Amino acid sequence: MILLWYILIPAAAAPLAWLLSRSQPQVARWVAVGGTALPLALVTWQWVSEAGALRAAFTAHGPGAAGLVQGTWLAHVHAAWISPLGISFFLAEDGLTLIMLVLTFAMGLLAVIASWRGITERVGFFHFMILWTTAALAGVFLSLDLFLFYFFFEMMLIPMYFVIALWGHERRVYAAVKFFIFTQASGLLMLIAILALYFIHGRATGTYTFDFTQLLGTRMPSATAFLLMLGFFAAFAVKLPVFPLHTWLPDAHTEAPTAGSVILAGVLIKIGAYGMIRFMVPLFPQATFDFRTVAMILAVIGIIYGAVMAYAQRDLKRLVAYTSVSHMGFVLLGIFAWNTLALQGVVLQIVCHALSTGALFILVGTLQDRIHTRDMTKMGGLWAIAPRMGGTAMFFALASLGLPGLGNFVAEFLILLGTWQVSKWAAVLGALGLVFATVYALWMMQRAFQGEETHALRFHDLVPRETGMYAALIAALVVLGFYPQPLIATARQTVTAVQQITAGTPLSSQANVAAQLIVAAGETQAEAIVADRAPTDGER
Amino acid sequence: MAAVSLDHGLILAAILFVIGFVGLLTRRNLIVVLACIEIMLNAAGLAFVVAGARWGRADGQVMFLFVLAMAAAEVAVGLALAIRFRHSLGRLDVDDADEMKG
Amino acid sequence: MLQLLWTVPALPAAGFVVLALLNRRLSRRAAALIGAGFVGLSAVVAMLIAVSFIASPPPGHAYHQVLWTWFDTGGLRPQIAFYLDAMSVIFILVITVVGFLIHLYSTEFMERDEGFTRFFMYMNLFVASMLVLVLADNLLLLYLGWEGVGLCSYLLIAFWQKDVKNVYAGRKAFIITRVGDTALIVGLFLLFTQLHTLEIQPLMAGAAKNWATGSGVAVAAAALLLGGAVGKSAQLPLQTWLPDAMAGPTPVSALIHAATMVTAGVYLIARTNVLFTLAPDVRLAVAIIGTVTLLYACFSALAQHDIKRVLAYSTMSQIGYMFLALGVAGWSAAIFHFMTHAFFKALLFLAAGVVIEALGGEHDIFKMGGLRRKLPVAFWAFIIGAASLSALPLITDGFYSKDLIIETSLGAVDGNAWLWLGALAGSLLTSIYAFRLVFVVFFGDQQTPVTLRPRWRMQLPLVVLSVLSVVGGLVWLPGWMGGFHPLETFLDTALPVTQTVASSFAYTGVSALLTSLVAVVGVALATVWLVESRAALKDFAARPTPHALQEFWLHGWGFDWLYEHVFVIPVKWFARVSRNDLVEPAVSGIAWLNVQAWRALSASQNGLLRVYIGVAGVGLAIIVAFVVLR
Repeated sequence: MILLWYILIPAAAAPLAWLLSRSQPQVARWVAVGGTALPLALVTWQWVSEAGALRAAFTAHGPGAAGLVQGTWLAHVHAAWISPLGISFFLAEDGLTLIMLVLTFAMGLLAVIASWRGITERVGFFHFMILWTTAALAGVFLSLDLFLFYFFFEMMLIPMYFVIALWGHERRVYAAVKFFIFTQASGLLMLIAILALYFIHGRATGTYTFDFTQLLGTRMPSATAFLLMLGFFAAFAVKLPVFPLHTWLPDAHTEAPTAGSVILAGVLIKIGAYGMIRFMVPLFPQATFDFRTVAMILAVIGIIYGAVMAYAQRDLKRLVAYTSVSHMGFVLLGIFAWNTLALQGVVLQIVCHALSTGALFILVGTLQDRIHTRDMTKMGGLWAIAPRMGGTAMFFALASLGLPGLGNFVAEFLILLGTWQVSKWAAVLGALGLVFATVYALWMMQRAFQGEETHALRFHDLVPRETGMYAALIAALVVLGFYPQPLIATARQTVTAVQQITAGTPLSSQANVAAQLIVAAGETQAEAIVADRAPTDGER
Repeated sequence: MAAVSLDHGLILAAILFVIGFVGLLTRRNLIVVLACIEIMLNAAGLAFVVAGARWGRADGQVMFLFVLAMAAAEVAVGLALAIRFRHSLGRLDVDDADEMKG
Repeated sequence: MLQLLWTVPALPAAGFVVLALLNRRLSRRAAALIGAGFVGLSAVVAMLIAVSFIASPPPGHAYHQVLWTWFDTGGLRPQIAFYLDAMSVIFILVITVVGFLIHLYSTEFMERDEGFTRFFMYMNLFVASMLVLVLADNLLLLYLGWEGVGLCSYLLIAFWQKDVKNVYAGRKAFIITRVGDTALIVGLFLLFTQLHTLEIQPLMAGAAKNWATGSGVAVAAAALLLGGAVGKSAQLPLQTWLPDAMAGPTPVSALIHAATMVTAGVYLIARTNVLFTLAPDVRLAVAIIGTVTLLYACFSALAQHDIKRVLAYSTMSQIGYMFLALGVAGWSAAIFHFMTHAFFKALLFLAAGVVIEALGGEHDIFKMGGLRRKLPVAFWAFIIGAASLSALPLITDGFYSKDLIIETSLGAVDGNAWLWLGALAGSLLTSIYAFRLVFVVFFGDQQTPVTLRPRWRMQLPLVVLSVLSVVGGLVWLPGWMGGFHPLETFLDTALPVTQTVASSFAYTGVSALLTSLVAVVGVALATVWLVESRAALKDFAARPTPHALQEFWLHGWGFDWLYEHVFVIPVKWFARVSRNDLVEPAVSGIAWLNVQAWRALSASQNGLLRVYIGVAGVGLAIIVAFVVLR
């Protein structure tokens, strides 16, 4: 039941914000705060109360695809919707979903707070759009019925289009249309794949259904599976984004208003990762394995190319947008490595990237509000004018380049370590991407904040509202850098479960199985060595 | 009177239809266009009559009466439109009415 | 007492946090007190721990303290935990004590700079990171400290960030060391995947047990770790950042780029010595890199005229000695030299700082001169430092450590004559450039007036470091002087004993005499060239070949130019060329095709009735034909 609230609360708050703001625009902001903070509180409460269950759900000795097939969800809602067509209203939540929901509502709340002073026209309608997006995002993460998933997937496009087109910057209409067409076209490819899967499953078993848990393991010729996998991949690859389908992202992120950028970078692009982990790979493990080399090449290109592109930009916001491309390259790498280390790294990267890049977008947005330009050639020496802003920018630039002690490092390290076990060259090139990350991050700091003040700019430093926001994000990243275990424990159930589903296919690696056995044995192989005996077969 | 064979009648109808159609395509005067439409209608009617004669039924002639009635009505409306046409556009050239172009 | 180990890095970290949170609200006095105070406290604790450790060593001569588990997934379970053994004790003592002296010095040196609090914030963070680096019990935590010091190095080099050149120097340092860090992190991947742990002690034990000497895995792992060490320690080929790093304030150069951060590579190799023992080829590479770098740096130092750049190249060269020692398995000898080098190099830098401040910011040694009477404390400090650097016999600590290395380079089982000759040649050159510096700066005619004199906070560290530079070597006397070597005994509890060939030439009296002689000859040559016949030297240097050679050495043998052209310019070009995204034409191409199709279809809608009817007729005919003829 609680799952319905996650969708309904923002969905109800949306028209409420719009209607109530007719007389007093400020009301819309507070309604929006409530519409995102309330589900955030709910999901946090659920997280804390389910912590024990999450730990128990993970046992090393094969829980038998716990969660996804046997239905050991944290919560689920399963109602018939359009039964003749096999469409059901199936929402379900496990560890990964929980994390994504927290992220969605947190980013939504952050977006609302960040645009407190920034949005001044049609305030009610703006918050209507933001809340609608939040509701649709919650729906995307919760749905397990493929039709329902597609429904919410498409639904979140429309308010996002409006947000960019109505409150964006100079080339907003171009960016909004480009974003819409890219996502819609790739979504259609996914729809075709979903329908094909529906029919193949129906013909094979006689039940026509869109229910994901029943569609798992459908038998089909490998060529068909590969094509269907590509259909899903197309949609998620555009979302993530994967080189070369990434060109919508710099435009959309740059031209969107701050709140739009935060939600785009913080949550929307993570749907690509989520979709791959939840749907694409479990449905088509063999096809994923066949595609792995290509995907890893694209990922590595994305990492390095995204970083070099970021370095090349003159527009500060566009620079930050390209860093998203680079960071998501790591995510793609981790997903296709498909072992515990890499997948945990992916989950952590999803959260940490949202926090750090979201913060950078807010920073750039507030800077633009102050000096009315994003052109870095018109900046320089801003640290002296606004030292708190400079220091904050430095912190998040360091997070972006993967400084140890912050969450992003642990995430990228886990991803690369997991990738190393599958493909050494991909890991090495990905690690090289860290050097390029340093290049763009430090360049950004130098060009905008350090050096001499060449243009006589005067503006005020961070106000308490902003400082509070950044302090929360900084604290979160530092905590995740030194103690990410809560997040890892929450995601552990999903990570194990999805690997259980694909166990027995070439996708599951030997190292993976070994690592799980080692954990099961409760003693590392190294400890056995130190205890001065050869590791027994159970430990090897 | 010797019966006109079906083939001959249909060929005549076809020729008349084509004459009307080609006239429709090539002539620009609206009145002539309407006249060509009349020719095409009559050709169709001729085809009906000849077919009816072939099968020895009155249905063909009945259809021809339908065609005549419809043609009359259509000419009435068509000529009224022609008057409006001349009024708005100054002349009766069909090519002048091209505002619905893409 | 050993339970207080965690406070040693925690205190400076706390200092960082306090300074960061209270930044604007602190007076300079308060910031200085907090900044230097926390490090001072840390030094006190470190000394107490050292005393406790030496007096009553823990079992196995190692102490392990676990704070919490960092994370636990997929078999990887690093902890925030500290490991203390003899080597760590030496390191934390040097870092905290020398660090404190430099902090004290900075409270006066930086007193007129804005961003005073920010300076101490970064310095404290640096000390904390360096301590984490040397105390870490696993390689991932070590990497955290490793990057932390790299970060602070960047922040502090670029401290005077109004001048873009400083920021650029900081960026250069960070990026080049990051290239080395990439090698290091790949090494971590390799080690974890093969041995399933990143904890250092189990890792070493596992490698020793499972890897054959000379096996591919061992070579790869050691080579990767060497890559990381080379970057951080500014050895060839990743050395170009160190001279430019002198753009930072002098205390920064003293602490980070002389005494501590640049020795992190030495620490890493010494800590993972098992891997290097398992890969003798890589160990040989370490020795060769060390030797080549030390010679490279000596020649470059001879040509520099910025006082700090001379000292930067000097640091590079002395670390080359440490690498040389490591390469011939002289593990403890390298640590000994690290200790003495920290003392005399910090001394030299701080004295140079006094000179620079006194002359109002002048760095060019040829604009200095005749300062020995005006700045007596700095003069004597410099003399002692330069003497120690040159390893003048008996009275300096450099003598004991450097000569130990020179001995070991020949006398160790893996030693060879080429390394020994290189080390000797380096020693000669070192004396020459060191005393060149002394004579040019402190003797001769005064070019620039003295405007500022140091007070007690800058003088006290100089005095303390001078004393240490003289007596610091007396903890390890060579065999022919009596064999009093408590330091060696102490370090042998942590590091393997160096295998030596007892009958080697290196251990004869002749060799010792030769080594000492070389140093003295260098001083003599410097005296002759720079004091007696300066004019003749100038004429010689103006001739084409010597001048070209001098320019070549001045610019670090052209490495900057090389890297600029091979790496920087292509990347910049690519970035500029593809600024609007290489894939964009494909996307706009699709949009353009769309527009063309739209135009074509639009053209077919020409509004003419007759055309429409004609097309309809043709279509009808086709359909009818289709139906009839099928």
